[in-house]
Amino acid sequence: MIQALALLLLFQLGGEATSRALTLPIPGPVLGMIALTAALALSPKLLTLMRPLAEGILSHLSLLFVPAGVGVIGHLTALGTMGPSLAIAIVVSTAAAIAVGALTFTAVAKLTGSDATDD
Amino acid sequence: MTDFTEIWTYLSRGPLLWLTATLIAYAIGDALFRAANRQPLANPVLIAVTLLGTLLWATNTPYTTYFQGAQFVHFLLGPATVALAIPLALNLPRLRKSALLVAAALIAGSVTSIITALAIAKAFGADQTLLATLAPKSATAPVAIGIAESLGGSPTLTAVLVILTGITGAIIVTPLLNALKLKDWRARGFATGVASHGIGTARAFQVNPVAGAFAGLGMALKAILTALIAPLILRLF
Repeated sequence: MIQALALLLLFQLGGEATSRALTLPIPGPVLGMIALTAALALSPKLLTLMRPLAEGILSHLSLLFVPAGVGVIGHLTALGTMGPSLAIAIVVSTAAAIAVGALTFTAVAKLTGSDATDD
Repeated sequence: MTDFTEIWTYLSRGPLLWLTATLIAYAIGDALFRAANRQPLANPVLIAVTLLGTLLWATNTPYTTYFQGAQFVHFLLGPATVALAIPLALNLPRLRKSALLVAAALIAGSVTSIITALAIAKAFGADQTLLATLAPKSATAPVAIGIAESLGGSPTLTAVLVILTGITGAIIVTPLLNALKLKDWRARGFATGVASHGIGTARAFQVNPVAGAFAGLGMALKAILTALIAPLILRLF
């Protein structure tokens, strides 16, 4: 558990340091995630070690957005008169992106014959 | 006996009170979500945020005081992002098989989200600063904030739009994709991660583990792609 946590933080630290050092537009945790995926693909032992902790954290991923969400309330007034139009822009663009993304995925899956039933 | 105001003054200064409140508010949100049969509108983040917002307002507590306690939860966002590597690694054979599908859906979903958002905002009379603030909103928060800064937008407002986008995605995804009769968990999860980053990914994990893994991948790839294409698309407006 502690080993897994230390490794998780270590990969984040490595990601943050790389992102800063090379002034990349990609945040440290995302780089850490990519590096850890590569490491896990190479070592099944590491995957067994990290799995319980990761599943514990990810099963309550929503909780981690609560503090930032509370911060949003105080800034809702900053949206000002543009508030309603921004709300429409967000709802429509998010719905369109989900629909287009999922439909493209299944359309290409059909074209290439890579159906979900293959798994 | 010490009176209530004194105890309150003491407790409200340390992180314990608001850390506890955050966990309890989320536990209530999660319990309501389960009681509502995992109905998407009963989103646990939305419930917890509403409860805490009301509590802060009622007790006249500034956000900075609240955040002293809540920062311990907030901090875990970084390690949790790294932890997305585990479901990715577990689903690696599945991901390899769908590389082409992933690439096509990533580009289609990302371009759609940025163009529709900017077009609608512009039609309502948004100025260039606001468009720069809005352009990166469906990427994960740290990426979106960095992009908004470099484009001349407002980072604080971008953070607000990012969270609102995530909650919107988490609420609408299930009814929307059910209406479209899409049953492929890979497609459902991936599109959710692309359109509504971590909050959408959290929702995907609540529904299906394969959807969760693909949502995590979608979120990561979207973060990289947004940094590349948001400035280009913004130039068109």
